[in-house]
Amino acid sequence: MSDVTIAFRLNGRMVSATVAPTQAALECLRDQFALTGAKLGCGEGECGACAILLDGQAALGCLTPAADLDGREVRTVEGLRDGPALGRIQAALVHEGAVQCGFCTPGMAVAAAALLAEHPAPTVEQIRRGLEGNLCRCTGYVAIVQAVQTAAEPTP
Amino acid sequence: MTAPQSWIGQRVPKLDAPDKAAGRTRYVQDLVVPGMLAGAIRRSDRVHARIVHIDTAPAMRMPGVHAVLTAADIDNVPFGHGKDNTPFKGDRVRCVRDEIAAVAADTEAQARAACAAVVVEYENLPAVFDPAEALRPGAPVLHTGHPDNRPFTYDYSHGDLATGEQASAHIVETVFRLPFVTHCCLGTSCIVAEFDARGRLTLHSLTQVPFLYRRDMAAICGLQPEDIRVLQGPIGGAFGSKLDIYPYEPIAVHLARATGRPVRILFSRQEEFLASPTRQPARIRLRSGCDGEGRLTFRDASVLLDNGAYTSWGATTPFVMMQTFSSLYRVPHVRFATEVAYTNNPYSGSFRGYGNLQATFAVESHLDMLAEKVGIDPLTLRKRNVNKVGDVTGQGLRFASCGMQKCLHEAARSAGYRSRRNKLPPLRPGTLRGLGMASMLHVGGGAKIYRSDGCGSVLTLDDFGKATLVTGSTDIGQGSETVLAQMVAEVLGLHIDRVQVVNTDTDVKPWDVGVHASRTSYVAGNSAILAAKQARDKLLAAAAAQFGVPVEMLTLGGGHVLLGDRELEPIDRLVRTLHFSGRHELLVTHAYFEPSSVAQDRGFKGNVSPTYAFGTHVVEVEVELDSGIVRVLAVHAAHDVGRVLNALGIEGQIEGGVVMGLGYALTEELQVRQGQVRNPCFRDYHLLTAPEVPPIHMRFVESADPTGPFGAKGVGEAPAICVAAAVANAVFDATGVRFTELPLSPERVLQGLIDAGVAADPLGGL
Repeated sequence: MSDVTIAFRLNGRMVSATVAPTQAALECLRDQFALTGAKLGCGEGECGACAILLDGQAALGCLTPAADLDGREVRTVEGLRDGPALGRIQAALVHEGAVQCGFCTPGMAVAAAALLAEHPAPTVEQIRRGLEGNLCRCTGYVAIVQAVQTAAEPTP
Repeated sequence: MTAPQSWIGQRVPKLDAPDKAAGRTRYVQDLVVPGMLAGAIRRSDRVHARIVHIDTAPAMRMPGVHAVLTAADIDNVPFGHGKDNTPFKGDRVRCVRDEIAAVAADTEAQARAACAAVVVEYENLPAVFDPAEALRPGAPVLHTGHPDNRPFTYDYSHGDLATGEQASAHIVETVFRLPFVTHCCLGTSCIVAEFDARGRLTLHSLTQVPFLYRRDMAAICGLQPEDIRVLQGPIGGAFGSKLDIYPYEPIAVHLARATGRPVRILFSRQEEFLASPTRQPARIRLRSGCDGEGRLTFRDASVLLDNGAYTSWGATTPFVMMQTFSSLYRVPHVRFATEVAYTNNPYSGSFRGYGNLQATFAVESHLDMLAEKVGIDPLTLRKRNVNKVGDVTGQGLRFASCGMQKCLHEAARSAGYRSRRNKLPPLRPGTLRGLGMASMLHVGGGAKIYRSDGCGSVLTLDDFGKATLVTGSTDIGQGSETVLAQMVAEVLGLHIDRVQVVNTDTDVKPWDVGVHASRTSYVAGNSAILAAKQARDKLLAAAAAQFGVPVEMLTLGGGHVLLGDRELEPIDRLVRTLHFSGRHELLVTHAYFEPSSVAQDRGFKGNVSPTYAFGTHVVEVEVELDSGIVRVLAVHAAHDVGRVLNALGIEGQIEGGVVMGLGYALTEELQVRQGQVRNPCFRDYHLLTAPEVPPIHMRFVESADPTGPFGAKGVGEAPAICVAAAVANAVFDATGVRFTELPLSPERVLQGLIDAGVAADPLGGL
C-alpha cells in the first residue's frame, strides 16, 4: 500500500501531510506536527492519554488511522487554549489541583472538552462517565471531576 | 494568585501544572535529540532456560539497523541490590522478561523487527514459581551463589514471645496472602543516552535517585560517576518504580556507545507490564494476642516473600514491614521473621508504601479479630493500644509528634463509626452494608538507609529580586517543587511567583539521596529553609548596615525589607547594592540538611526516621450477595500530616493514595501463572476509573512536628497503606466473613460468601 496525502484543519489551521496507511493519527500529530501534548499511554485504546477531538468528538489518537483525519476538523490539547491563556478546562485543572505527574492531563482535558460540548452543564455522574475512558494513576480522579464541574459553571 | 498573609497551608496550584495542562511539558518520552536512534530489547519468552546459542546475523542484515548487542559484546557487569542481575543474560534466562539482545535502528519499528529476527536457541531448565517450593531442598536453583534460593533473610524481635503468650487471654492466628500488583505509571519506561565527543554521558532519565544512579550506572557502564550527567525531565508517574536501575538503562548506554549516536529506549505498554517492577507478593502468617481488656500482648509474624528471579531494592521491603509489626500500636513482645525466595517469576521493586500495605493488611485485620474475641468494638480496642507522642517503641522508633489518637477519633467521627457499625441496613435488596476501620504508621521524613539521608540546597537571590532554589531533591509529580517554593517565599517574604525551583540536572544541583520514604517535604524542605534563612539574614544585615538600624528591628515582606510596617528598601535594589556598590557580594547561600535519624543496628533497632506519619481510614462498603461485588460507598481518611503545607497538594496525595489502595483492595492483580504474565494490558489489569471512585472525606490532624518544616511531615506514601485492611474489615462487618487474601474480587468474595453460607450458590441446584 502506498502513502496517502491528507489535508485537514488542525487547531484552526489547514494543514497537509503524507502518511502511511497503517500510521496512527497520534504518531502523525506527534512526529509530523510536533504536537506532543497527546501521549502514547498504551497504544491499545485503553488509557485515553492520546485523546484528540475529531469534528468536536473525542477520539483515540492511537487507534484512529492518520488517513482518517483527511477533511476533518482536528483539535488537540494544544488547541484548547484561549489565545495565549489556558482554556477554561485547562485553567480549572490547574486550579483544582487535578494535575500531578500530568501524563494523563492532556487526554483528560480533551475528554472534558468533548463532554462539555455535549453537556454544557453536566451532572457529576455525567462527568464521571465522560471520563471513564481516561486512566489516571496519581490523582484518584476526584480533583479532575471537580475541575470539569468548575469549568462547566458559567463565567460570573 | 494574590499574596496571602502566609504561604503555608494555602491552596497553591502546582508550578508545573499550567504547562502540563497546556500539553507543553516535554517528558522524556517526548524528547527528540538530533541523530537519535531507537533502541529495542529482545526478551526471553522462557521462564528458565539455558541459552544454547544466539544468532544475531539475521538482525544485523535488517534495514535501518546500526548495532545489535548481546552479553558477548559488552562488559556485562553484575548490578542491583543483590548484584545478581546483569544488563544482558548471556548463558541463562531466569524469568520471562530477561534481556538477551538489543538493537539500535533508525526507527522503532525497524529496531523491534530486528529484535524479532535474533535467533535464540534455548534448553529449558526446571523452574520454580511457588516461593515455598523454592525453599525446599532439591528445588531448582536460580543462582549458583545461593543454592538454597535464599538471597537473604530478615529477623527481628523485641521482648519475649513466651511472656506475651502467657499474658494473653485471646490469640488469633491467620495466614494472609497478598498478590502481585504493579505501578501502571501512565508514562512507560524510557531513557535517552548520549555521549559527547569527550566521552561524557548524558542520561535523560526517569530515575528517582539521580545521585546514587550516577554512581551505580558508572560502575555498570565502566565510567566515572562525575562523567555522567543525569537530566530528569518531568516524569509520567513513578510511585517507587524508579528507585532501581533496570537492565534497559545500561543497555541504552551500551547501544549509544556502540553506535556513537544518541539512543532512546521506550517501552510499549505490554513491555511495561512484563518488564517493570511489581509490589512483593507476600504470605504472612501472623499470630497476635491480647489480654482480657484488649491490650495487645504480642505479635509473631512469619513472612514469605516472592523475590522473583533477581534482587532489587524492593527485596528490602521487610525493613519497612517490620516497623508496622513492631510499632503500629503498643506491643510489648514482637517477633518478625522473613524468608525471601528466588523464583522464576518477574521480580519485584519498590512501590509506594514499600511492604507496608502487606503488613498493615495483616495487622489491622487482626485487630478487628481480637476485638471480636474480647467483645469490645474495634475502635475501643485500637484506642487502648494507641501510639502516643513521646513513645519509643520496642524497635526504637521515637514519636516526637503523634496524632494517631486524633486520627482514630476524627475518622470514626466523620463516618459515624461507633453508632453505625454492625447495624447498617442494606440500601438495596440482595446487598449487605458495613463499616471497617484501619490505621497506619509509616516513616514521615525519610529512612536512614544510606550513610546520609540528607539533601543539599543552593539559593540565589538575583539582582531583580527573584529567588532561585537549586535543590538536590526530585519532583515526580507529587508537587515537591511547589511546596519548596512556598517555603522559600515564606522565609523571604516573597510572592511565590518570585521563586523558581531548579531540580532536574545533576551537573547543577547539590547531592540528595533521592525521592522515596516520604522524605522530600521534610528533608528537602528543611534544607531549603536553612538556605533561605541564611539569605534572609544576609539581606537584613546589609539593610541594617546601609540604613543604620538595628537588625532586630527589620523583617522581610512583600519583596521589601520592612522596618515595622514601613517599606525600607526593595529586595532587588538591596541585592544590586550588594553586587555593585563596593561590597561586590553575591547573595548566594547553601545548606546541607541531615535529619536526626540514625542507621539501625544489626538487630534493626534505632530511630530510622526523624518523624512518622499516622492515619486512620474508615470505609463503608456494600456487598452484593449474588455477584460478590464489593462497592465502596465512602472513605473517611484522617491523616497526621504534621502541618498542611499546600492544602491543594495534600488533598491530591490523599485522594490518589486512597484510590491506589482501593485498587489493591478490590481489583488489581498482575496474574502470574507458571512465570508468565497473563494480563499485560489495561483491558485485563483493572485500574479503577472515575465512575468507580467513592466520595473521600479527608481530615487533617496537625500534630506540629517539632523538627518538621513549619511542623510538617511527609505523607506521600501514607494514604495507600491502610485502605485494603479497612475494606476487608468493612466486608466482615457487612457479611461476617473474614477475607484474608487480596484482591477482594467478585469471584473470591462470592466463593467466600457461599462457603460461609451467607450467599446461596447460584449453581447449587445443578
